Amino acid sequence: MQEGTPLQSRQINRELLVSILNSPKWFWMAVGILGLIVLFAMGTAGLMINKGMGVTGLNRPVMWGFFITNFVFWIGISHAGVMLSAILRLSKAEWRRPATRAAEILTVFSLMTAMMMPLIHTGRPWRLVYWIYTVPFVPYDYARGIWPNVRSPLVWDPSAVYTYLTSSILFVIIALIPDFAVLRDRTTGISNKIYGMLAMGWQGNPRQWKLQIIAGVLLSALILPVFVSVHSIVSWDFGMAVSVKSWHSTIFAPYFVVGAVHSGVSAVAFVLIILRYIYGWQNYIRHEHIDALARLLIVVATGWFYFLVMEIVFGFYGREADEIAVRNLQFMITPWNIWMMIFVGVTYFLPVAIWLSRSARRNLWIMSLACISVNVGMWLERFLIIVPGLARKQLLTFDWYTYTPSAVEWIIVGATFAMVSMLMLVIARVVPLIPLYDIKEGEILRTEIKIGRVSVPATFRED
Amino acid sequence: MVTQRIDHKWGMVVDLDRCTGCQACVVACQAENNIPINTKEYFQQRRAYEWIRIERYWEGEFPNVKAKFIPILCQHCENAPCEPVCPVFATYHNDEGLNVQVYNRCVGTRYCSVNCPYTVRFFNYWEPQWPDRLRNQLNPDVTVRSRGIMEKCSFCVQRLRRGEVNVERRGLDTLTGQSIPVAERKLNHRQMKEGNYLPSCVQACPTSALQFADQHDETGPVKSYFDEANGHIETREAGGHVNEEETRVYRLFEEVGTKPNLIYLKKVEPFPVEKA
Repeated sequence: MQEGTPLQSRQINRELLVSILNSPKWFWMAVGILGLIVLFAMGTAGLMINKGMGVTGLNRPVMWGFFITNFVFWIGISHAGVMLSAILRLSKAEWRRPATRAAEILTVFSLMTAMMMPLIHTGRPWRLVYWIYTVPFVPYDYARGIWPNVRSPLVWDPSAVYTYLTSSILFVIIALIPDFAVLRDRTTGISNKIYGMLAMGWQGNPRQWKLQIIAGVLLSALILPVFVSVHSIVSWDFGMAVSVKSWHSTIFAPYFVVGAVHSGVSAVAFVLIILRYIYGWQNYIRHEHIDALARLLIVVATGWFYFLVMEIVFGFYGREADEIAVRNLQFMITPWNIWMMIFVGVTYFLPVAIWLSRSARRNLWIMSLACISVNVGMWLERFLIIVPGLARKQLLTFDWYTYTPSAVEWIIVGATFAMVSMLMLVIARVVPLIPLYDIKEGEILRTEIKIGRVSVPATFRED
Repeated sequence: MVTQRIDHKWGMVVDLDRCTGCQACVVACQAENNIPINTKEYFQQRRAYEWIRIERYWEGEFPNVKAKFIPILCQHCENAPCEPVCPVFATYHNDEGLNVQVYNRCVGTRYCSVNCPYTVRFFNYWEPQWPDRLRNQLNPDVTVRSRGIMEKCSFCVQRLRRGEVNVERRGLDTLTGQSIPVAERKLNHRQMKEGNYLPSCVQACPTSALQFADQHDETGPVKSYFDEANGHIETREAGGHVNEEETRVYRLFEEVGTKPNLIYLKKVEPFPVEKA
């Protein structure tokens, strides 16, 4: 599967480093606007911490709302990184090449954004040292024998997420070393010094290549358990809650993992389309890549849809009044039922219908629409799990209530999207978002096989 | 050999047949435990603090309607769902069968409240405020909780502690005013008498719908009910069947498996509402 014309190394270097060596006028403007949005939201979060959580729309039955929804959403986005770089690398899918680094970097930034959410949603963020004991140089209060409660899913959760974050950063850095060396050779002054340090003495000799490849494959294999564990553990924040009827379900772990891959891969596809558009990387992010991602997504989405249906079926199967009450809220009561219909439509039926057609898969506008709609839907999915579950927690109907997010929550949640976009833009200025050496490797392996009278582009590898 | 200093297991029995829904317990609790004033806005936003609340349910169709009341407070569960989920051990079970909340440790993840089937944990959304004229009515024995933390019914742990101090340190029998011999200054139900530990809601209840005592106290008001309720659990665990028609004793959401230290007695309906 290799379309397009063969590329020379010189051309690859020139075209892929365009995001770093030149900075167009719109770049600083875009970063500035996004940065202002983020600053505004940081001020809003400061106000929230200063005044108290009363500025949110949370209330007694619904103690978790937009922030936790957004946390699960961004953790979900981060699953694309390991899916694309580790699993596709180990399964030797050739079309992964241009997507891996963007996916990994998106992983890192979305994990950072995600972890901010539970931290600012606590009542006393300044006491977090009791909880996040992994912060370096901060003494943990163990003199009185009080350690974090390892039975709590909220301790498993940061452990899993920080493991994922650490391994993702390592993964990104190892893949970046050869490209840092390319940059070192093409820059002057202070940036030359910095890239020189980051390249860690890379000369491109066979021993270094061997080590780099071994490290990459090793990390891919080691990161695989994290692929299953992170979102499983995030789902256990809900699944372990015995008292919330609709959360307390064994299906949550696989349901959340598949959902995470669904939204994450869609997000990566969207990021790739954007990169192709703004940096003119038509030769690298080709239609075949987006096409391949879309075909992968059909499988993932259908797997996810199975879990969605099963979760609802399991809910109804017990015919318990309290479980039925949650489903009644989700399916029968406006506006929840409208959101539910929108959610199922935009997460499964609309995008899968688009992806089933080859011409639609190769139309980048339609693909962008499908990828955005998946992510809107997956955000709604988490919201429709978290809030109705809490609003109809048990059969004490006297305590049933609903939830309306406040302006503060809207601003902060909206700004997380601005923040990830801004960080992606800024990092695009510093590192190439498409791995140069990986593309070159693909070009070297590229060959043509004659079958009868036609010659078919193919990839040839020895292992 | 480890000797247990404290030999208690507190329990409360709520007799729904006696509850008139008068809210005296709510007011008593509010005054005793330094709970901020619940404004109309707080109620509308569902953020009111009511460590004990009277839930009102209507039964039947108009005009054949009956109001039913159930006081709901922290059930001090044996298998409390709120305890394992707290990442910082801000809530745990103490030696006396109480589910206690350590305000200083709480970071406010609100997971305990999410995982409480009875919705009896209250989050301080704002810094608590009292009108100036109420400044001096705050109970000095009870912490004023800051914003951002969870709080809930403590079975008036400050009163329990005061009773314990009276018995163990001062050796004072508060009912009779007599001094307790040193050898008998033990924290068990023989020395801890009703007079020195009643929670404020129990004390305020005009119809004695709320009863609070040591579960092991043979002479106390709650032991027989707890024996019956524990018998039900044993019967069910052995696969037996409990005839709900014959017993008044039940625990709220028994099927969740929380084993509350709070027992409800069913309302006896001499004139049940006609089902339409």
